[in-house]
Amino acid sequence: MTAQRQTLIQKIGFWFTLGLVIFFFMFPLYWIFVSSIKTRAEVISRVPTYIPFVQFQPTLDNYSAILVGGARESETGVRTSADLSEFRNRLVNSVIIAGASTALAVSLGTLTAYAISRFRIPAESDLMFFILSTRMLPPVVVLIPIFLLFSNLQLRDSYFGIVMLYTTVNLPFVVWMMKGFFDEIPVEYEEAAMIDGYSRLEAIWKIVIPEAIPAMAATAVFSAIVAWNEFVFVNLLNRTNANTVPPYLNSIIGVGAVEWGRLAAGSVVFVIPIVIFTFLVRNYLLRGVTFGAVRR
Amino acid sequence: MADSQVAGRSITELKDPLRPRFSWFTDRWIAISFLTPTMALLVFITVFPLVWSLYLSFTDWSVIRDANTAPTWIGTQNYADLLMNRRTWERFVVTGQFVVPSVTIELVLGFGIAMLLNRKFNGRGVIMTMLLIPMMLSPIVVALFWRFMMQGEGVLNYYVVNLFGSDPVLWLTDRWVAPWSLVLVDVWMWTPFMMLISLAGLSAVPKYLYEAAAVDRASGWFRFRHITLPMVAPLLLIAVIFRTMDAYKLFDQALVLTGGGPGRFTQTASLYLYDLAFGQFRTGEASALGYIMLIVIIALANLFIRALNSIKATE
Repeated sequence: MTAQRQTLIQKIGFWFTLGLVIFFFMFPLYWIFVSSIKTRAEVISRVPTYIPFVQFQPTLDNYSAILVGGARESETGVRTSADLSEFRNRLVNSVIIAGASTALAVSLGTLTAYAISRFRIPAESDLMFFILSTRMLPPVVVLIPIFLLFSNLQLRDSYFGIVMLYTTVNLPFVVWMMKGFFDEIPVEYEEAAMIDGYSRLEAIWKIVIPEAIPAMAATAVFSAIVAWNEFVFVNLLNRTNANTVPPYLNSIIGVGAVEWGRLAAGSVVFVIPIVIFTFLVRNYLLRGVTFGAVRR
Repeated sequence: MADSQVAGRSITELKDPLRPRFSWFTDRWIAISFLTPTMALLVFITVFPLVWSLYLSFTDWSVIRDANTAPTWIGTQNYADLLMNRRTWERFVVTGQFVVPSVTIELVLGFGIAMLLNRKFNGRGVIMTMLLIPMMLSPIVVALFWRFMMQGEGVLNYYVVNLFGSDPVLWLTDRWVAPWSLVLVDVWMWTPFMMLISLAGLSAVPKYLYEAAAVDRASGWFRFRHITLPMVAPLLLIAVIFRTMDAYKLFDQALVLTGGGPGRFTQTASLYLYDLAFGQFRTGEASALGYIMLIVIIALANLFIRALNSIKATE
């Protein structure tokens, strides 16, 4: 009886603590979402309101403004600090750039990982360390020479340049992740296929790659998120063309009266794919955030 | 004749044991062609620029002033200037004052939450994944969220004023508060990372150890101190080093939240470098600072590799 009562108290304590934790981590997300469906007056009202329909009348104005409408004069006559119609272009750019660089990084990186996993490569561990080390650099350190390099090669403000850059940024990650996965696929599969008369390339294409598809998909999701979220490089290199969402969000906040409602709507649109992706790769998160170093 | 030809062809299409396709493509060539594109990109977009900036760090070149002139070699002047300048050291102190509390709080909080979650309950999977969302977000977006909440008349100050009756807190513009606001935002974003890794460690502790301890009527603290902690410690070490290296690079969040201000009280090494390079256009000096930062990160990376190896050795 006492044991049972204790478990009840423990249960309450457990759910209470968990509630606090969830509140701390979810509150900012909820707050930004709720702000995105408020009117301008409601967003800047001093008393915070949380429950749509009950405390305030929700509106999709902010979403239509950034996704459908052009640059609008706001109700109070204050010009917004950045051209709102720009958001759509940036979103399209983000999709193109994240998509292309992920496809490239995953295909090149997977091949490299296969070669390192299966063949005898001289100084293999040094090679892997070299590949990892390029990712560990503080971005601002490589920023100066990349800026000069891209300026000289006329790669600034181009899709090609930024896609190649993000590909390079993601390659070390893809190689490390995929090498870990290939190491877990038994060599016997390919060997059996090759004894049956497949060439190595055929064995890779027909046996190994199908086996590695889930791992490649998870790796691709992580790479895409990195490219999707990147700010420092694209902000400096692509000022006038092929620019993505993060610098845009940052630029709105820089000048004049901040339209928080619009900004919140933009953030929500930008963040939704990440939330979906996080749920899709939840079983790979541990591997993903540790470069495949931790596998349990 | 015709029959055998047709049969021959169909066999080849199915699989001719003697003549696999692409057999001329030997393993050696496969290895080379699989490795080359990756290596070429890494060398061209990482190594080559690094070498270039190493060279620039020994010159007084400026991207604006000397756009069309060759860099002038000034030896180790930039390094000497930077290391003699109190400002440089202050930037590293600011960075350290951000990194140490952030990583410590994240570790304690993350581990605590992992202990909490390390049991069966309804909705565990969904709740866990939800808690992991912050670390997947862009630092820019995270910083925007918090800047929205931390502004003068934001939601945080509403409760500060109404619940505690104090003046509004200048979260991002007070010299004593702003550094801690950066820590708070980092804790929000990266505690989930510590939690995820701690959970992996906790779930790997064999159950029989706890059962044995229960038979011996060991106290909760004893079990924690002598079973849980030693088993999880190696993984926590990895997590700490990962986070330390990452926090050391802090840039985006600080840029959006405080921009290094007030004054220079939250100007981290990365922000200082950015300002030198693209605010003051002292390209050579900024490159030198980059190399100083690099030496610190290499030391940290070495720790990382050693820790990793020692863990692999014990596994």
